Amino acid sequence: MTPVLRTDALTKSFGRKRALAECTLDVPAGRVVGLVGPNGAGKSTLLNLAVGMLTPTSGTIEVFGEAPASGMPKVGFVAQDTPTYANLSVDDHLRLGEHLNPGWDHALADARMERLGLDRAQKARKLSGGQRAQLALTLGLAKRPELLILDEPVASLDPLARREFLGDLMEAVAEHELSVILSSHLVSDLERACDHLIVLVDSRVQLAGDMDVLLATHHRLTGPRRDSLPEEFDVVAATHSDRQSSLVVRTDTPIYDPNWTVTQLSLEDIVLAYMGRRANAAQPRTLEAVR
Amino acid sequence: MIWLTWRQFRVQLAAVGGAITVMLLFLAYTAGGLPDFDDQFLAAFKSDALLGAVYTAGVAVVLCVPAIVGVFWGAPLVARELEAGTHRLVWTQTVTRTRWLATKLAVTGLAAMAATGLLSLILNWWSHSLDQAINAGQKQNGLFGVSRIAPPLFEARGITPIAYTAFALALGVAIGIVVRRVVPAMAITLALFVTVQIVMPVFVREHLGASSATTVITPRNMMGMMASINPNGEAAGEVHDLTVEFEKPGAWLIANQTIDRNGEAHRALPSWFARCVPAHAAAVGRAPFSPQEAAACFQRAKDEGYRQRIRFMPASRYWTLQAIESAIFLALAALLAGASFWWLRNRVT
Amino acid sequence: MIQLHLDAASGLSPYLQLVRQVRHALRLGLLREGDQLPTVKEVVAELAINPNTVLKAYRELERDGLVSARPGVGTFVTRTLTDATLASHGPLRKELERWLSKARLAGLDDESIEALFLSTFRSTSRQEVA
Repeated sequence: MTPVLRTDALTKSFGRKRALAECTLDVPAGRVVGLVGPNGAGKSTLLNLAVGMLTPTSGTIEVFGEAPASGMPKVGFVAQDTPTYANLSVDDHLRLGEHLNPGWDHALADARMERLGLDRAQKARKLSGGQRAQLALTLGLAKRPELLILDEPVASLDPLARREFLGDLMEAVAEHELSVILSSHLVSDLERACDHLIVLVDSRVQLAGDMDVLLATHHRLTGPRRDSLPEEFDVVAATHSDRQSSLVVRTDTPIYDPNWTVTQLSLEDIVLAYMGRRANAAQPRTLEAVR
Repeated sequence: MIWLTWRQFRVQLAAVGGAITVMLLFLAYTAGGLPDFDDQFLAAFKSDALLGAVYTAGVAVVLCVPAIVGVFWGAPLVARELEAGTHRLVWTQTVTRTRWLATKLAVTGLAAMAATGLLSLILNWWSHSLDQAINAGQKQNGLFGVSRIAPPLFEARGITPIAYTAFALALGVAIGIVVRRVVPAMAITLALFVTVQIVMPVFVREHLGASSATTVITPRNMMGMMASINPNGEAAGEVHDLTVEFEKPGAWLIANQTIDRNGEAHRALPSWFARCVPAHAAAVGRAPFSPQEAAACFQRAKDEGYRQRIRFMPASRYWTLQAIESAIFLALAALLAGASFWWLRNRVT
Repeated sequence: MIQLHLDAASGLSPYLQLVRQVRHALRLGLLREGDQLPTVKEVVAELAINPNTVLKAYRELERDGLVSARPGVGTFVTRTLTDATLASHGPLRKELERWLSKARLAGLDDESIEALFLSTFRSTSRQEVA
């Protein structure tokens, strides 16, 4: 099956500022992909490149095997801060979707409007943040894309609105077999919803792979303090107190060394370990996706 | 896409459409009150305050419409989307940037050109007798005496307003794409458009086929000059702005200059020119020099090769000139539109 | 129909939590043979979790022979985990309720009740093993 997103040494610079550097990714279809990283890491840049809003400075990017461009029928987008036309009503936005998308699912849009209870004559500028996000999600879903890309859709929403938004998104994934790429700086949201993760720090891909593989191959090792790092596994992060060393490592093989106490890591721990590394020491670590 | 363009654009269309409709109503209402055409038409026209006001208003509206279209329809067309970020919403529907811009340009462009064209058409029909009067040689001061081939009427009548509107719209859209913010784009569009509208009649239009007529300066054809006479009654200092009478009804007088034997124009002439007193000044006794001195001066001017050159655009050239200027502006509009598409596809990121 | 939920503080992965909750419901007789489990869509919309998590949980329950998936219709319980002890659940529950009201009257808050119960439960379990 064609990967939903494939990039090869993708780089994007704005003037002298490098927003994205040498990103190589291979994202299979049928996943809910979480894109996580601190602000300014390049998440928005990557997503905007994927929908054809930006063009690469160097390297390549392919969505469903083709270069992204404006107006792709297979890809839907919910941009950061969910832009809407302030003076157009909710109903106008739906008509916009209907007129501009041959694949528009009228029944889906109506059903969602019914469930959300939005006043269809209300102008978009009078909607709350959560309502605007739900409107944008409706537009994205009713287009019936094969891939829906969302750039920090819940960043400014209260917890209830966030839960409802993500719940609706997951329901659509269950019903329509939609692939999703979703960026956030909240790992907890992604942990529930995503089955594939990309960690972006300082414009580079630090980690990419299926969630269960990530959780199975990363461990915390605690033991007596050692200043030299062990060679046999990949040390992602290390912290030392005067008597103890704590390492976050990635390894495929079981760890038998009795000096170390091996514990599980939560997804947030893993992401934090990668986020704490220095950019210039970074090497992209791509795990084989389990198909 | 057409629905969306209409939906986003309907307020601006209503505003301009409303203004034009009001103007049309005035023109229609007063058309019946136009005096019958005769030798005194122009005078009769001027004495009717309502007719004068309607005509002035009509000319003013047609002059303003292109600028308004450029600033209020053109500049925000793309700039508003970029500024608000809604391009991230609309360009990820199933419409390419090219089709999006093409539809918006086509709909607003056609609406603008049609509205301007209609207004210009009705104004032309309404002013038909005025044109006839002026072209027949009737004279009047102020706007009512200006021939339709001369500025500012040339810009307000005929088909040039349609071309200006297209140009202004394309200019506004292009500036909006580059500047990406609405208010600066509006300001820059206005500034550039007004500059072009001034540069055109002042510097460019005369090169689009003006005619020249040269004539010897005689006491009868000379109209006047600026000369200084010192207390002793001697000519002193340079002579400026010597003008000669020019009788071509309905023409646009571009330049009335004295040229020497090499064909070069001079604004400042030697002081002895001051003795060339025109016949009409001598007749009313305002002649500081005797007729013999004057005659000698005119003879000297002729012998030394001085002539007067009149540059003018004859009334007969009206439609040709309209066509040429319209073509220029439509070509500029097409160029700007092409540049807009290119910029939008390749540089807007 | 039971309501499934996720406990973020639990050490268990989400799919295991779901499996556990269904098994508990089966043990307590809240789910009987022939009852339908909540659809994947319903669970996912309520909890905002990945559909695969729910599918994985339901597949494991199916592997254990507890439920069976009927495509296009839903997932249905085929076997419960209740046993002879179900009959005693009623009176035991009543005794528990009485104990709880006594504990509250004595002034214990929720955390203390939970701590008291868990420590007693664990120490008695160990005693039984030993």
